[in-house]
Amino acid sequence: MRHGDVGGAGRLASNKMRKYGFIFSFLVIPVVLYAIFVISPYAQAFYISLTNWRGISANPQFVGLENFTRLLSDDVFWAAVRHHALLLIAMPLITIAIALFFSFLLNLGGGSKGGRMSGVAGSKFYRVVYFFPQVLAVAVVGVLFQAIYRPDATGVLNGLLGIFHIGEVGWLINTNLALWSIMGVVIWQSVGFYVVLFSAGMSAIPSDVFEAAALDGAGRFRLFFSITLPLIWDTIQVGWVYLGIAAFDCFALVQVLSVDRGGPDNATTVLPLEIWRTAFTFSKFGYASAMGVALFFLTITFAALSLRVTRRERIEL
Amino acid sequence: MTNSAGSPKDITRRQMLRRIGLTALVAGPAGSMLSACATGGGGSDATPTAASSAAATSAANPFGVKADAALEVVIFKGGLGDSYATDVHEPLYKKEFPGATVKHVATQQIAQTLQPRFASGDVPDFIANSGSDLMDNGALQTEGQLLDLTALFEAPSIDDPSKKIKDTLIPGTVESGLIAGKPYILNYVSSGYGLWYNAKLFQEKGWAAPKTFDEFKTLCETIKKAGLTPYAYAGKNASYYQYWMILITAAKVEGNQVLLDIDNLADGAWTKDSVKQSAAAWAEIGKFMDKSYEGLIHTEVQTRQNQDKIAFYPSGSWLENEQKSNTPATFEYAVTPTPSLTSADKMPFEAIRSAAGEPYIIPAKAKNTAGALEYARIMLSKEGAKGFTEKSGSLTVVSGAAEGLSLSPGLKSVNDALTAAGANIVTYSSFENWYKELETELRKQTNSLMFGRISADEFCANMQKKADSVKADSSITKQNRTV
Repeated sequence: MRHGDVGGAGRLASNKMRKYGFIFSFLVIPVVLYAIFVISPYAQAFYISLTNWRGISANPQFVGLENFTRLLSDDVFWAAVRHHALLLIAMPLITIAIALFFSFLLNLGGGSKGGRMSGVAGSKFYRVVYFFPQVLAVAVVGVLFQAIYRPDATGVLNGLLGIFHIGEVGWLINTNLALWSIMGVVIWQSVGFYVVLFSAGMSAIPSDVFEAAALDGAGRFRLFFSITLPLIWDTIQVGWVYLGIAAFDCFALVQVLSVDRGGPDNATTVLPLEIWRTAFTFSKFGYASAMGVALFFLTITFAALSLRVTRRERIEL
Repeated sequence: MTNSAGSPKDITRRQMLRRIGLTALVAGPAGSMLSACATGGGGSDATPTAASSAAATSAANPFGVKADAALEVVIFKGGLGDSYATDVHEPLYKKEFPGATVKHVATQQIAQTLQPRFASGDVPDFIANSGSDLMDNGALQTEGQLLDLTALFEAPSIDDPSKKIKDTLIPGTVESGLIAGKPYILNYVSSGYGLWYNAKLFQEKGWAAPKTFDEFKTLCETIKKAGLTPYAYAGKNASYYQYWMILITAAKVEGNQVLLDIDNLADGAWTKDSVKQSAAAWAEIGKFMDKSYEGLIHTEVQTRQNQDKIAFYPSGSWLENEQKSNTPATFEYAVTPTPSLTSADKMPFEAIRSAAGEPYIIPAKAKNTAGALEYARIMLSKEGAKGFTEKSGSLTVVSGAAEGLSLSPGLKSVNDALTAAGANIVTYSSFENWYKELETELRKQTNSLMFGRISADEFCANMQKKADSVKADSSITKQNRTV
C-alpha cells in the first residue's frame, strides 16, 4: 500500500490549510494596514464624537449624543452643509459638461475622415494643455489664484477688467460671489482629468457605430447625444461620484483663498475646514469628531444615492 | 514515494512565500499600533520626572537644575524670528551649564507640531506658544499640562539677587499670565498698540494725529482728497488688529471694566453703550477704507502703507520690525493712541493699550522643568532682555532693559507714548486666549461691521449671542479675572 492512502482525510485538510494559508498570508498585510490606518481611525472618531475630548488629556469624558444635538443648532455647520449641497450640484454638472464638450471636440469633433472619426485640428496639443492644471499641487493653485483673484487693481482678473474700464470685482470678498470663485478654481483644476477620462471612454467606442450613424445622416449633435453619451454613461457616472466626493472636501483651496478662512460671513466655509478649526483652534476634538461623523454619513449617502439614481440599462456592444 | 508533495523546488517556493507572510504577521507592528490610538496612549504614567532629575538648589541655581540635563526649546519663528533664542538665550544657558545640550526647534505651526506630543506625553521643556496656530493655553491648563510659574516669579533676579523677578517686571506682566488665579504663562514682549503712520509724510503734508473721532473724520476727508486711502487694515487674516481698536475705544469711554466684563463673559457685556458707541464710530471710519482691503493679507496692506497709499494702519509695536525690509528711507514709523470718542471719556486721549504678549509656557510633564525655569529666568535678566530687543526689535517686560539701547524711530515713538500715558493703560484682553471660539466670531463680525454689512447694533447683538453660547457650553472651562 502506498502511504498516501493511509491518511487521505488528513491530507485533504492539510491541502486546504495550505491553499487558504497561502492566500491568507498574502491578504494579511494589506488587511492589517487597512485596519490600522483606515478602520481604526474611523472607529476612534466615532467614539471620540461621543466624548468632550479636548485633544490634550488621555481621559476623555463620555457625553453621549450631546455633540450631535449641538450640531443641529450650529449656524456655521449648516452654512457649511449648504455650501456642500451647492458644490455637489453645480460643480460636477459644470465640470462634466465642460469636460464632455472638450473631449468630444478632441476625439470626434473633426468629423469622419476616411471612415475614422477624428478630433479638431491640434487636438493632441490641447489634450496636453488641458491636463496641466491637474499636475499642479493644490497649494500652488491656491497661491496662483490668490494673485488672480486679488480684489484690487493688482489682481490678474481685475487688471484685465481694468483694461475695459470695468470696475474691480471682489471675487473672494463679495459674499454672493466668493464660493463660486472658489468653485471656479476647483473646476479649472479638474476639467483636464475628466477630459482624459472621457476621451478614453470615447476611444473605446467602435468606429463602425459612428460610421453607421453617419450613413444614416446623423449630425454632430445627434452623434453626441444619441451615440456618444449613452455609450460612455458608465464613465460619466464614475466621474460624477469622484467629483461629488471632491465636493465634500475643498479644504485646501478655501483655507488658502477665502477671507479669514471660510469668510466673509461664513460665505465659503466647508465642513473639513470647520472640523479642522474646531479641533485645532478651539481644541474641541469631540465636537470636531461629531462633525467628521456627520461628513462621513453625508459622503456615504451621496455615493450610494448617486450610484443608484444614475443606474441605467447597460448597452452591450 | 516520489509523488507525495511535488518537486522539491515547488515546496521551497511555497514555504518561502508562506514564511514571508507569517513573518510579516508576527513581526508586524500590528498589535502595538492598534493599541496606540489617539486617546489611549501616554498620559497617566507620565508623571513629572523633574524631581528625580533635580540637583541641589542654591542661590545661583534656585530651581536645582541638573548641569548635564538636556533642554528642548521650541520657538515660534514668526515676526520676532528665532535668533534671539539661538544667539542670545540658548548661549547664555549653555554658558551657565556647559555640560547641557540644548535642542532648538523652530516652527511656524506650534499646534500641529506639539499637539500630538502633548497627547502622547513626550513634551519639550520650553515653548514659545505663539502665532496663528498656537495651542489653547486654557485647555492645556485645564488638562494639567502647564507648569505653575509662581516659583519663577518668586525666584531671585539674576541682575540683583535681593529682588524677586516679579518686582523687576513691568506692572501687570504676571497678572496677564494668570489662569484660574495662578501664573501659567510668561508673557515676555511688551507691546504698545495704536494707529501707525508715516511721520515724515504727515510732517510734509502738515497733518497732525487726531485727538478726537471728529478730528479723525475731518482728517480722513482731507487725506482722501490728497489721493490716499485714509485708513485700512487687512481683512483676510488680520481683522483682530481692528477689533483691538474697537475694544480700546470702548475701554477709553467706559474704563477697563468693560474689557474685564467681556473677558468674564458677563451678561450684556457686548451690548453695553461703550461697545456700541465704539463700534458705531469705527464703522464710520470703515467707510474710508477701500472694499478690496477685506481680501488682502496684513503684509500686502502694510506694504501699501510703506508706499504711502494708506495713511493710518492699526497695529502693535512689532510693525516697524516686520516691515523693516520694505520701508523706504522716506518712511518713518510713528504711533498715536486711538482718538477720544466723547468729552466724557473715562480715560484721556493719551491712554494707550499696552500689553505683555507672546506667551511662553513650560509643560508640567517636561523632562527638565528646572532647566526650563532657569531658561526663563535667563530671559528675564537684563542681558537676556536686551539681547532680545536687539535681535527682535521688540521691547520686553523687563523694566529698564532697553536703557542704553538706541531705539528705532517707531520703537522710540512707542516708548514716548507709553511715558505720556503713564498710569492710563488700556488693559489686554484674555478672551483671545481663553475662548478661541469667541475670538474667531469677533474677527468675523469685525469684518462685517467695518466693511458695512452689519450695523453697530447687529455687531453687538451677534457678539453677545456668541458670548452667551460660549458661557453655556459645558465643555469650555470658564476663567475669571479681576485685574
